[in-house]
Amino acid sequence: MISGVSIYEILTVSTIIFFIGIYGFVTRKNLIAMLMSVELILNSAALNFVIINKYLFPEAVEGAIFSIFIIAVAAAETALALAIIINLYRLVMSLKTDELETMKF
Amino acid sequence: MDLTYTVLIPLIPLFMFLFLGFNYKRLKEPISGYIGTAGLLVTALLSFYTSYQYFFNYGKVDGVYQKIYAYNTVWIHFTETLHIDMGVLLDPLSAVMLIVVPLISLMVHIYSIGYMHKEPGFTRFFAFLSLFTFSMLGLVLSTNLFQIYIFWEMVGVSSYLLIGYYFEKPSAILAAKKAFIVTRFADFGFLVGILIMSYYAETFDFKVLTNVEFIQTLIANKELTFVGLSVITWGLILIFIGGAGKSAMFPLHIWLPDAMEGPTPVSALIHAATMVVAGVFLVARLFPMYYFMDDGFALEIVAWVGAFTTIFAAIIAITQYDIKRVLAFSTMSQIGYMMLALGVSGYEGHEGLGFMASFFHLFTHAMFKALLFLGAGSIIHAVHSNYMQDMGGLRIYMPITNITFLLAALAISGIPPFAGFFSKDEILAAAFEHNMPVFVIGYIVAGMTAFYMFRLYFRIFWWSNPEYKHAPHEAPKFMTIPLIILAIMTVGAGFIPFSELVSADNTPFHSHIEWGLAGASIAAGVIGILLAYVFYKKENDLSQRFTVAFGRVHKWAYNKFYIDEIYFFITKTIIFKYISGSFAWFDKNVVDGSMNGIGNSTVWISTKIKGLQSGKIQDYAMFFISGVFMLIMIVWLLLN
Repeated sequence: MISGVSIYEILTVSTIIFFIGIYGFVTRKNLIAMLMSVELILNSAALNFVIINKYLFPEAVEGAIFSIFIIAVAAAETALALAIIINLYRLVMSLKTDELETMKF
Repeated sequence: MDLTYTVLIPLIPLFMFLFLGFNYKRLKEPISGYIGTAGLLVTALLSFYTSYQYFFNYGKVDGVYQKIYAYNTVWIHFTETLHIDMGVLLDPLSAVMLIVVPLISLMVHIYSIGYMHKEPGFTRFFAFLSLFTFSMLGLVLSTNLFQIYIFWEMVGVSSYLLIGYYFEKPSAILAAKKAFIVTRFADFGFLVGILIMSYYAETFDFKVLTNVEFIQTLIANKELTFVGLSVITWGLILIFIGGAGKSAMFPLHIWLPDAMEGPTPVSALIHAATMVVAGVFLVARLFPMYYFMDDGFALEIVAWVGAFTTIFAAIIAITQYDIKRVLAFSTMSQIGYMMLALGVSGYEGHEGLGFMASFFHLFTHAMFKALLFLGAGSIIHAVHSNYMQDMGGLRIYMPITNITFLLAALAISGIPPFAGFFSKDEILAAAFEHNMPVFVIGYIVAGMTAFYMFRLYFRIFWWSNPEYKHAPHEAPKFMTIPLIILAIMTVGAGFIPFSELVSADNTPFHSHIEWGLAGASIAAGVIGILLAYVFYKKENDLSQRFTVAFGRVHKWAYNKFYIDEIYFFITKTIIFKYISGSFAWFDKNVVDGSMNGIGNSTVWISTKIKGLQSGKIQDYAMFFISGVFMLIMIVWLLLN
């Protein structure tokens, strides 16, 4: 419980982070930037877990543990995504999504 | 006594057909010919034995020939009286046919071993001949209308297969199709007739249908009338249409001349001696019905169709140059004779002379017409042409063919003591007693028959001697032996006391030759022969001059009175163009159009919306997100 900060304010912060992530994912054309946006979305979700745990069920710890899981999975996922991106770059010499649209009709 | 063995008579040829057909590749000429002929010999001996036993041993009870079911099994059961059977019926008609069909078929088999020498598909030919023999025997032995219809169609199929034997020849294919379609068209009448019969008479069974008391109950039932006639009479007329199709009666005769495209032994067997008389057989089978229903209205039609066909075909026969076509039209004419004889026949005792004469003529005609065709076959074999312009003087080269052909020509011209004289005389006597106009037609045709047959004979065997590329030679033994056997039959068959065997009411009667009438018919024949002698004995331009003198009439007759063209006009110009044309339009535009429309619109829509799958990940993310938002909105709206 952080004094002077209500659950609404702190949830607003996490929501803002979430939509920044969404916005970045949709508008950025660079794969690395898109990966960063995905990380923002994941982090906002992890933040939500911690906030709900802290404000509504102070005795429990599941929310905190879940956020640790998310961070671990996000790290693995980032490693994987970066590997794919590097391979892709070697293949087509570009990371712009506009130039990576061969899989279509 | 046990007559179950009679089922073997049709079944042996069926077995031969299957055997030859399945071993088509393995059996080589002439083994397959020998096998087929041997099988048929067994059938023939069995048939002759059965026929002999029927006539002289068990057939007659109290002076009346019985209809005996040698074998009968119910195949499809509808009601107590209406059921489709399969069986073997023995009565004077089928017993006579049991002599005619296997005998001619056997002769044709033997002849074909020589005639079909070195033809491709030798085995196929014998397999089809066996199939035909099976169907024809099944037809004549049928116990009921439905069985006869089944075999009737099978006869049509085997006829189709044999006409189209030279299937790489387009004209043979066309002729086969024509024969099949025309007879099939006629058989539609037959089928409807059978359905009417089964509905109103409630039976298919020949024993019941030809029972006079049963027919009286049908006549007594006045409710069964349609346009002034009994429905049964309408059924009989429709059945006669089927018979007219098979027997090449005007106007359903157009297939028979074209059917001559088949090998000559086939023409002899199917299109001269056996299959084409199926129509006569059918009318004879139901004769009591034809005679009693509506005082013989249907029978009157039979008489007039027969009479018209006989003179119509005789006129055409005089003008033709293809020797097989002359014989084909002569066949039509003679079958017309049989029909008119049935048409003028009465029922009881001596009144039934026409019926007996018709069957007598069927019997003798089978012999001499098969002989004529087989003779024509050996001539064609020697000269390699069907046209009489390429022939002449063949008597020197082909003595056996010459003599046998002459005997057959004398028989068909009605010169005593050959077979044709007796049967033709009985027909004329019957017509003289019952129907004067028909008699006059028959009498004229008798003279014409003599003329065109001897035109053929003199033109082929006398005339002048043209330059032959290869000197024609007498046919091999396999071909001359059947000719000799048939010639013996042609000479002897007339002395069979036929009225003791076949009669309308199955009661033997005694017939005698009325020499006054016989003398007149002999005179007609002799005049015909003498005219032919003057025209064609030595090369001269008399016939040419007459052709020119008759001009247009000759041209009409030569072109068969343009009946084929009329058919073409009706089918092509009227039916195909206007009726079928509009159906085709509907099919193309409405039926096909709706199907194509569905396909085309699917393609059109998919080209429009396939841009959605752009391959750009952001687009997909946008769709996904907006979809989620929409779902949230919907849920939110629903909850409030």
